[in-house]
Amino acid sequence: MKLITHNMLTSKCMKGVTVGYPLKIQAVDVKTTEVDFNPEFISRLIPKVDWNVLCSAAESIGYLEDLPKEVTENYENNVDFLKKAHRVLLEIDIINGELICPETGRKFPINNGIPNMLLNEDEV
Amino acid sequence: MSRPEHLAPPEIFYNEEEAKKYTQNSRIIDIQVQMSERAIELLVLPEDTPCHLLDIGCGSGLSGSVLEEQGHYWCGLDISNSMLDVARDREVEGDLIMSDMGQGCPFRAGIFDGAISISALQWLCNADKTSHNPVQRLHKFFTMLYACLSRSARAVFQFYPENSEQMELVTTQAMKAGFYGGMVIDYPNSAKAKKIFLVLMTGGNMPLPSALGTDENSQGVSYTAAREKAKKMRGKPLKKGRAWIIEKKERRQKQGKESRPNTKYTGRKRSGRF
Ligand SMILES: C[S@@+](CC[C@H](N)C(=O)[O-])C[C@H]1O[C@@H](n2cnc3c(N)ncnc32)[C@H](O)[C@@H]1O
Repeated sequence: MKLITHNMLTSKCMKGVTVGYPLKIQAVDVKTTEVDFNPEFISRLIPKVDWNVLCSAAESIGYLEDLPKEVTENYENNVDFLKKAHRVLLEIDIINGELICPETGRKFPINNGIPNMLLNEDEV
Repeated sequence: MSRPEHLAPPEIFYNEEEAKKYTQNSRIIDIQVQMSERAIELLVLPEDTPCHLLDIGCGSGLSGSVLEEQGHYWCGLDISNSMLDVARDREVEGDLIMSDMGQGCPFRAGIFDGAISISALQWLCNADKTSHNPVQRLHKFFTMLYACLSRSARAVFQFYPENSEQMELVTTQAMKAGFYGGMVIDYPNSAKAKKIFLVLMTGGNMPLPSALGTDENSQGVSYTAAREKAKKMRGKPLKKGRAWIIEKKERRQKQGKESRPNTKYTGRKRSGRF
């Protein structure tokens, strides 16, 4: 699971959960893979990213690196900034671990890079 | 022929064996690729713009590969562990999530520029457990899908409704969730080429795109272009060989994206000594 996905994912499908965001990450195994850099895509994505959540997620798994704490002004033209955003959003992959619902503490396992968000019948 | 959704729940039906069979069958690949291309066309995305898309019931990533080809980034949902495993082994670019669409779409509001779903929605019309109520599950799914799409985004579903009641059931639930739109039926007069798409819009009531091959004489003839393209795809290995990698790099260069220069190492297996 990449951090772009973590930035978008919630546990609000669960009964009784209202926001379900951000999910806490407990990472056991993290891998980085090189992904082609597409500056246009990253610039279009940034307004949708919750930047604070991205920073704390990266920090919590030890991959904050040199990611700026805030979105830079005129980021569309700032290749250096877009590359850093790209790196954290798309290249860091959580292979094994857990996501934890902030409201209920329910754990969602991540196995082989895929988070399992399936709910039991009594949770929907 | 019996319908798969009558045989077993999807997470059981799409087991390891079925997932492999599905992804290696060149006829299935052809059809899924063609339908995905048509679904993307029906999304009417802004031209030459890389978009953030959702693939619902993404399976082994056949539909997702078409999104990649067209320069988009995607996230896929599926209920079958085995199908997702195959997708991961094929090294698709999209990120994968195991979840049941009948339990909703587990995302924040307004984050996707569009959604596609190829050959999956009919599964939701079935009750696989005593606790399943198709109307409720469709309602939850469409309501949460609506919320995670950006305004003016569309969602396009190719699916195999069993009868007209099912078409009505899904349309009604989608409209209740706030969508506009309806069915686009390509080649309605051809038993073989007929394809049903549910086209949903968020931004207001716009005219539906026109269907293909609706006049009496056309029985799927204009599918030839798509078929030619699919033929080219068929020759391609699913595994990512050197030829595949070089071709993909060329595609990306054409789109103005960065890619590494080709060398004698391109597409070689790593020695594993890292
Ligand atoms: C015929 S396959 C199509 C896969 C892919 N879209 C393609 O075009 O190759 C249908 C997929 O829908 C998935 N599916 C069925 N019911 C589902 C549900 N309730 N939630 C999520 N995925 C589901 C199945 O697991 C299967 O992978």
